[in-house]
Amino acid sequence: MNWQIHLPALVLAVPLLGAFASPVAGLGGRATRNAWMIFISVLTTAVCIMLWQKVIAGGTAVYVMGAEAWNITLPSGLSWPVRIILEVDAFSAFMAVVGSIAALAGAFFSLRFMDRFTGLEKFSALYFLLVTGMLGMQLTGDLFNFFVFLEIASVASFGLIAFWRDRPEAVEASFKYMVISTISAMFILIAVGFFYGRYNAVNIAAVARMLQMGYAEKIALVFLVVSLAMKCGAVPMHMWTPDAYAEAPAGVTCLLVAVSQASLYGLFRVCFSLYGASLGSTVVPWTIIVMGVLSMFIGVTMAVIQKEIKRLMAYHSVSQIGYILMALGVGLLALRDPQAMADYGFTAMKGGIFHIINYTMYKGLLFLTAGAVFYSAGSRNLNELGGLARVMPQTTFMFVIAAAAIAGLPPFNGFVSKLLIYQSTFAVYPLLAVAALVTSVLTLASFVKVFQTAFLGPAKKTYENVTEVPASMLLGMSLLTIVIIALTLFPGWTLSHLVEPAAKALVDQAGYISAVMGGGL
Amino acid sequence: MTGNLPFLAVGIIFFMGMYAILFERNLIKIAIGITLLEASANLFLIVLGYRTGGSIPVFTLAGEVRSMVLPTPQALTLTAIVIGLATSALLLSLIMLLYRHYGTLDVREIRRLRG
Amino acid sequence: MNPLSVVVRTICDVFAWFMGIYGIYIIIHGHLTPGGGFQGGAVVATMAAFLLVSHGGKKLLSFAKPGFYSGIETAGLLIFITTGFLGLSATFFYNFLAGRGGLFGAVVPIGPNSGILNSAGTISVMNMAVGLEVIGGLSLILIYMFKGIRLFDDQTGGSETGHDR
Repeated sequence: MNWQIHLPALVLAVPLLGAFASPVAGLGGRATRNAWMIFISVLTTAVCIMLWQKVIAGGTAVYVMGAEAWNITLPSGLSWPVRIILEVDAFSAFMAVVGSIAALAGAFFSLRFMDRFTGLEKFSALYFLLVTGMLGMQLTGDLFNFFVFLEIASVASFGLIAFWRDRPEAVEASFKYMVISTISAMFILIAVGFFYGRYNAVNIAAVARMLQMGYAEKIALVFLVVSLAMKCGAVPMHMWTPDAYAEAPAGVTCLLVAVSQASLYGLFRVCFSLYGASLGSTVVPWTIIVMGVLSMFIGVTMAVIQKEIKRLMAYHSVSQIGYILMALGVGLLALRDPQAMADYGFTAMKGGIFHIINYTMYKGLLFLTAGAVFYSAGSRNLNELGGLARVMPQTTFMFVIAAAAIAGLPPFNGFVSKLLIYQSTFAVYPLLAVAALVTSVLTLASFVKVFQTAFLGPAKKTYENVTEVPASMLLGMSLLTIVIIALTLFPGWTLSHLVEPAAKALVDQAGYISAVMGGGL
Repeated sequence: MTGNLPFLAVGIIFFMGMYAILFERNLIKIAIGITLLEASANLFLIVLGYRTGGSIPVFTLAGEVRSMVLPTPQALTLTAIVIGLATSALLLSLIMLLYRHYGTLDVREIRRLRG
Repeated sequence: MNPLSVVVRTICDVFAWFMGIYGIYIIIHGHLTPGGGFQGGAVVATMAAFLLVSHGGKKLLSFAKPGFYSGIETAGLLIFITTGFLGLSATFFYNFLAGRGGLFGAVVPIGPNSGILNSAGTISVMNMAVGLEVIGGLSLILIYMFKGIRLFDDQTGGSETGHDR
């Protein structure tokens, strides 16, 4: 067979090799290290895109680690899967593509941004470990493996957030994030224990086929939803988000945004594929919707009063996570009712999934522009900044595009996904759409404030010598800008080719199970 | 009844850990709470795999036995312990750095990030 | 930190080597008995802890620089990932050495036996790789934590730039 069957494993193996060989590449000096970082990032993105093409063309891909062949999910005629299985449906592949693009942009940006630090071979090792953890969470078909990759991603991100370790704030942010994410990882481990105790299996498809709602499953569901909502930064547990996002180096923040999407992916994989129709009551969907609305509203109101540019953006990411949670919660609400699914559920899912790629792209770009401002002007305080549009025209241009996209101004991609969300949530409960609209207006207001204070206004004496950031940083930012503009120009193509297959795959629980367990049962 | 005692221990250790994380003010005690939480999760997995009268799940050492305890939870626990080691090491180094920066281990005084 | 008394130093000197040997035993027998790369590596790394406690950091670092441990760690990781890639003829991490004869590929008879050391194929290779990685990594953690304590006494944190504010 051709080498394409190995794509799911290669998606994980390539960044892992990048991480492990980083110290060796670091021996060759700065040029070798940077070349290695770019090479591995580009390769990872290419492999992810090829995997996505393969999944779109050939349906859900499975890959059995360490078996005699890639497709022996049930060896020796057993009725349960034995080895570690990667299972990639269209939703996973979509998430992997989104994450790897953000990782590539972050890598380009970090080349020059991190130049003033020592220990950079460790930085690139941790960076690729974080990429591995994120992609692993998105591709794995195994609950325990999900926990392992989650912890790989968490441990790598602790190190990266505290990389600027002589800043007390960075260490403090890393400690906060560490406490939160270790607690949530332990919750996930306990939930895995419940599934193992009940079904003697930890494979998602195997558990999903046998799942009968009982007390153990309900407890496990509570643990999983709570911990994954904690990890993706939804409101009751959002306090780590602004600290961690603001204190991490900008290239890393761009990647952390994508990593929080991986937790979100886990949440919806659990709700749709693991529990699916047996979720029973509407308690869980409404919990997710309420969490979403609270995140939207509290996130944006906290953002309006911020004075530090990266903290402001971090609070916006809490509110954007709220949109996705609300949209997919509405999809979950409609899961058992085909009529409701056709009426508004599927639109909501499309909106939510479209918003995932939009959010990752423009939020990553915003953090990168904030990092560029910090790199050139040396300050992140909005009270001090001003008049930067004159000296940093390219950065200003990209900031305007990203800000317009996040505020949902009409031609931009953020508008399309938000429109889908408004339409569908209005059908469920009009107040949800109103909350979303108000949030959107407040988002616009707060970004107008940032634009006006930091970029417009008279040129300040302090910033006379500020210049545009180096070319490699601009390259990282323009990569995301190009993606945003492409999504803006071709929303129809994106919806039909990228988003719809992902939404269909997420709803199709039977397909997810039969890819591993075989169709006959 | 006695078969349920380990689960009771899991619950007690879990809540001890949560209590330490939520209410203690010393960073080292918070770290201890986190390791307690890890211990309870590991104990939970091990207890799930226990079969009464089972011997160790090593083929060459078990001899003639009728039942073995389940090996899978033990493998899962080992992985979790390895991850726990990495987390604890990083946790303690961050506490050291925090102490160096702030000169205290009290969480009420380590509050530069707020709002 | 001053070295401890001569009794402690002597005992640590002696037992450090026993710890090393015992750890290597655990690593090599990882596929037959409880244990394996991580456990054995952790035992070997206690050797560094013993020497650190009994002799102080300066003496330990005069035996081997941090770069040495770093090298061990990287070598272990690279062996691990290379073994994974070599299995790619079937699948990633495929056990391509088992049952083929040779150093790692002895065929194990069905039924209870006393364990054959040179069986298990890539599993024992990976055990050794993980063992190397853990030895290097844990020793490095100990050394850096020790350096971190020393930073309170004298402000010689080594030549690092850029991390300051």
